[in-house]
Amino acid sequence: MKKLIALALALVLALTVCTAFADEPITLKIAHIGPTTGAAALYGLATQHGAEIAVDEINAAGGKYRIELINEDDEHNVEKVINAYNAALDAGAQMILGSTTSKPCEAAGAKGYEDRVFFLTPSASSVNVIEDKDNVFQVCFTDPNQGSASAEYIAEHKLGTKIAVIFNNADVYSTGIRDTFVQKCPELGLEIVSEETFTDETTDFTVQVGKAQEAGAEIVFLPMYYTPASLILKTAAAKNYKPIFFGVDGMDGILDVEGFDKSLAEGVMLLTPFVATSEDEKVKSFVAAYQAKFNETPIQFAADAYDGIYILAAAAEKAGITAEMTAEEACDLLIAAILDLSYEGITGSMTWDESGAVTKTPMAATIVNGVYVFED
Amino acid sequence: MIFLDHLINGLSLGSIYAIIALGYTMVYGIAKMLNFAHGDVIMVGAYIAFCGLQYWGLPPVVAFLVAMVFCTLLGVTIEGLAYRPLRQATSLAVLITAIGMSYLLQNIALMIWGANPKAFPTTFINDTSLHLGQLNISSATLITIMANVVIMVTLTLFTSRTKLGKAMRCVSEDRGAAELMGINVNRTISLTFAIGSALAAIAGVLLCSSYPILQPTTGSMPGIKAFTAAVFGGIGSIPGAMLGGVLLGVIEIFGKAYISTELGDAIVFAVLIVVLLVKPAGLLGKPMREKV
Repeated sequence: MKKLIALALALVLALTVCTAFADEPITLKIAHIGPTTGAAALYGLATQHGAEIAVDEINAAGGKYRIELINEDDEHNVEKVINAYNAALDAGAQMILGSTTSKPCEAAGAKGYEDRVFFLTPSASSVNVIEDKDNVFQVCFTDPNQGSASAEYIAEHKLGTKIAVIFNNADVYSTGIRDTFVQKCPELGLEIVSEETFTDETTDFTVQVGKAQEAGAEIVFLPMYYTPASLILKTAAAKNYKPIFFGVDGMDGILDVEGFDKSLAEGVMLLTPFVATSEDEKVKSFVAAYQAKFNETPIQFAADAYDGIYILAAAAEKAGITAEMTAEEACDLLIAAILDLSYEGITGSMTWDESGAVTKTPMAATIVNGVYVFED
Repeated sequence: MIFLDHLINGLSLGSIYAIIALGYTMVYGIAKMLNFAHGDVIMVGAYIAFCGLQYWGLPPVVAFLVAMVFCTLLGVTIEGLAYRPLRQATSLAVLITAIGMSYLLQNIALMIWGANPKAFPTTFINDTSLHLGQLNISSATLITIMANVVIMVTLTLFTSRTKLGKAMRCVSEDRGAAELMGINVNRTISLTFAIGSALAAIAGVLLCSSYPILQPTTGSMPGIKAFTAAVFGGIGSIPGAMLGGVLLGVIEIFGKAYISTELGDAIVFAVLIVVLLVKPAGLLGKPMREKV
């Protein structure tokens, strides 16, 4: 009997200790930096919303960590991002999920390298974002990887051999992907028949599209964001030119442009690790939660940020980050932890190397009847 | 055939530049000021037309007219509030005010309509194209070119035949003397702004029908190019704006097509510099002799 009472007491004690722990989860302060206004607002809002869903889930589950999300707007601007970064640190951020787009992320990451602040960017895919910075890691592919992966996908699925490339030569994202794509093509037996450029201010694409048509390209590769891509699709339709348009992750979002004629994008392919119509259970629950909260369908950027928050939480747990640690103290611990981490998220299973680049398999989706569908 | 294709594209782009340039050149000719907010009035016109069609459910023609009326009022208001008090100020002060107005309009548009680009509906101009052999000419292109010719002819007739037009030319020639002759200078300048801004609404709808992406910065680059076109053709001259705009569009497209897409804009501005070196007043501009 005594033994039983002792056991019961021990149990009660253990339980109280447990609940004591569970009652006081460690608060992690994570700052999301991204363009929530300005030309790239669609991406910044998507990453912010995706991150919020992950934070809600983690906080509701009541695990070891409670996450406090600090949102800062960088307007897709290399000067403003430094203000956003400073504001985030002033608010007590211990690590940063961001920035969403490449150029601002490059600037903030370099500042973070000097200050020793850990960055995990959901979607800034330029190689310059991680180059020479041991503190910056990516959830998405780096641009070179997107370029060569696109070429491999085109060759493997025999989509065609004559390819035209139209790219923005004023943008690191666009040129980065174009460089590796063009480099990879010859060894796969793909021929570049036309290569034309444009800049951020270009509105007229009749020459670029006309040259691709004249050269008889079967595939037009579009390493760019969706705004110029939508003009190219319109121009091609007016010229009655119907090749396969193959885009990369920047093409994601084209269907959400208000007033866009979705039939123009019919048959457009894009390299993306995430499709909202997927049958995967984790994807389904994420999409449902996102739709319930924001009344729209998440794009890839949202999924990247959703994974990003979970990755940060997993890395923080592995590194034993506490609420009292500053960003500087946490930085090196997080770097060591993420290199050792392998994470299974809704955008694929990921591991990281010291460069900061992620390793995962590329997948391509096709736009059919106004929604993305996975090919295989 | 490819050559013809490029030529038509160039004419279409040039016609849009020309219509915008007409707005710059009229205001410059009469009020002697560079209205840098003109490009942004174009953007506002396009947004109003977009709202009319997309949110208020108006028929295209009505939406178009609403945009024109709105821009006319906007132009007159801008002139009355921002430029009229500076009538006696230095031209630099007016120029800076115009640039400030341009940013103000862009940021107000950003507040109202947000940063996300909107796809301009193609219902203004039915999206059919004319097929001539291998040539595809979109109806937007044809309408743009025709609108350009009609507007230029109307404006030329207006300034040479009507009383108000003659008053405009008087103010342009010598403001002081015009006032002495009993011409209401302020009202004439307001009228100029009204016409220029109505043209901006037309240009906005045509621009966005050909290049259907609408965002708060939509007007700025075409505005700068059109300003270049106005200088190219001789600022202050109505046929000059038309000629300058069309030439600029054709040079831009040919430069891109036959030299390099990378150098397209550089070629345009290089041509401008050469023209200004040879003919400082622009192609059809009146050489002004300054008394020293």
